[in-house]
Amino acid sequence: MSVRRIMGIETEYGILGVGLPNANPMLMSAQLVTAYATEALGNTSRAKWDYQDEDPLRDARGWRLDRSAADPSLLTDNPLAPAPEGDPHRITTRRRPAPQPEPSTVANVILPNGARYYVDHAHPEYSGPEVTNPLDGVLWDRAGDEVLLRSSRLLAQLPGMPEVVPYKNNTDGKGASYGTHENYLVDRDVAFDEIITFLTPFLVTRPIFCGAGRVGLGQRGELPGYQISQRADFIEAEVGLETTLRRPIINTRDEPHAEPSRYRRLHVIVGDANLVHVSTYLKLGTTAALLWLLEQGRVGLELSALRLADPVAAAREVSRDLTLSTPLDLDDGRTMTALEIQRVYCDVITREVAASGQADPATENLLRRWAEVLERLDSDVQSAAREVEWVAKLRVLEGMRRRHGLDWDSPRLAALDLQWSDLRPERSVYSRLETAGAVETLVEHAEVERALAQAPSDTRAYFRGEAIRRYGPQVAAANWDAVVFDVAESESLQRVPTPDPWRGTRAHVGELLDRSADAGALLAELTAEPQPGERPAPASAAAPPTDATP
Amino acid sequence: MSPRQFEQRHHDPKPEDEPAPPPAAAAPQSQDAEVDSLLDEIDDVLETNAESFVRGFVQKGGQ
Repeated sequence: MSVRRIMGIETEYGILGVGLPNANPMLMSAQLVTAYATEALGNTSRAKWDYQDEDPLRDARGWRLDRSAADPSLLTDNPLAPAPEGDPHRITTRRRPAPQPEPSTVANVILPNGARYYVDHAHPEYSGPEVTNPLDGVLWDRAGDEVLLRSSRLLAQLPGMPEVVPYKNNTDGKGASYGTHENYLVDRDVAFDEIITFLTPFLVTRPIFCGAGRVGLGQRGELPGYQISQRADFIEAEVGLETTLRRPIINTRDEPHAEPSRYRRLHVIVGDANLVHVSTYLKLGTTAALLWLLEQGRVGLELSALRLADPVAAAREVSRDLTLSTPLDLDDGRTMTALEIQRVYCDVITREVAASGQADPATENLLRRWAEVLERLDSDVQSAAREVEWVAKLRVLEGMRRRHGLDWDSPRLAALDLQWSDLRPERSVYSRLETAGAVETLVEHAEVERALAQAPSDTRAYFRGEAIRRYGPQVAAANWDAVVFDVAESESLQRVPTPDPWRGTRAHVGELLDRSADAGALLAELTAEPQPGERPAPASAAAPPTDATP
Repeated sequence: MSPRQFEQRHHDPKPEDEPAPPPAAAAPQSQDAEVDSLLDEIDDVLETNAESFVRGFVQKGGQ
């Protein structure tokens, strides 16, 4: 049970206009999103993003940043949106807005697979749908790469439109970094202090198996060399609310997009975008497993003893330690390597899972993988080249260095690093390795195709995605915790809340959707007088599966 | 590894003044062979003007 959890990945992709060195990145991002909305989805969806429940300034440490003191980049919500209603399950109505001319570009689209695809500042961003396990996390993350690739291809086919190439990386090597964020719902009972204490050494050391690798040291790549993590040089604080400046190891944004009394959402901003499947899988799975341990409330002294003396400095040390042998200073005066620290986490969690009697196949697979990869990294780093992205990339870079006698400041190596993450298979270095079978894949292309068109069936993303897929023109807006319908029979818009991510699944609402020919029929059933003992909304019409509550 | 790739590897021209390779990275032989065959393909897809490509890869900040 320990890796079963609501989680998801959001990625800001780097973009480059072919032959357009000075093109406006916001415009190119909007062009990509618009091309996908109009050409791939056929404009069947006109749904806007619903900002009602967003609160990016709420801090998990128990306060709220004053709006006037916030960096504008933090204001990801709409200040004009009304406050949430009382009962989170109740269907509410809204005044239908006056018709407006359609803008020529779309900044935001909700995909039939439950994802959000939008323009975030100067980057196109794909926020994957909520999934319940790390393998599904890999699948819908890959689907995001496919959304970007298709957007690029579709845009280039339109007369007068540029070719905009998407890159799945996290820095341009010239001072800019753009994020890949993981989200995990965590039991609200876990104190935030515990999260800070036990996740900090974990997040600082986990790049040894999920770092994407980077040519260049320093935010601007001012020193030649290779390092494990793309984000390490951009981590500047231990704990904080920001995501664009003074980036912290532990981000405190407390915006659960779910019932806040039950859940907090851990927003992890220090991770790299991964192309190697096993790196993504381990990144999600091990983090989820540690959160499970914290929820058990039995975190032992072994983990308390892993506190780092200087976590921010340690993040850089780990990233530059290609032989995985650098001792890190601990708070209690001892030293341990990143590998040794990860080994303690792996051992403690494996032992606690066994003791809990809650081991399921997904968890056992994750724990076995984790231990195997740590073992390989310990015995011979190169032997992990099929599973660990920074090792796979280093192997190619070292080969290129040997073949052409290159030093680390060679532009050819920097180009290879960038082209590793080019999403066009014909230009992608990563794709060369995948095609040759030199890296392990966990999901097949046919599965990715399905994940592009369909939402995960076991979270509320199913209700959102199917609403878009089946009734697109009748969906006025949606967000993580609501779908707003616009049906001709009703004077007002109707907002169906989905505050519980474990409901709105196929098991829960599949039949209801199957028998509803249109959104009007769906809403008629949802708003009908409930039978005794039943509740009306899809978000609340059935109990969650008994094994589902994290 | 195909015979063709094997041939290519051995006919790869090496300038006389090429610096000595770094101390052995301790990679197993089979992996070296796999990388060598990949490097041919990667050489083919790499941007021909690596320097201007890298210089032109400029992004705005992000989250």
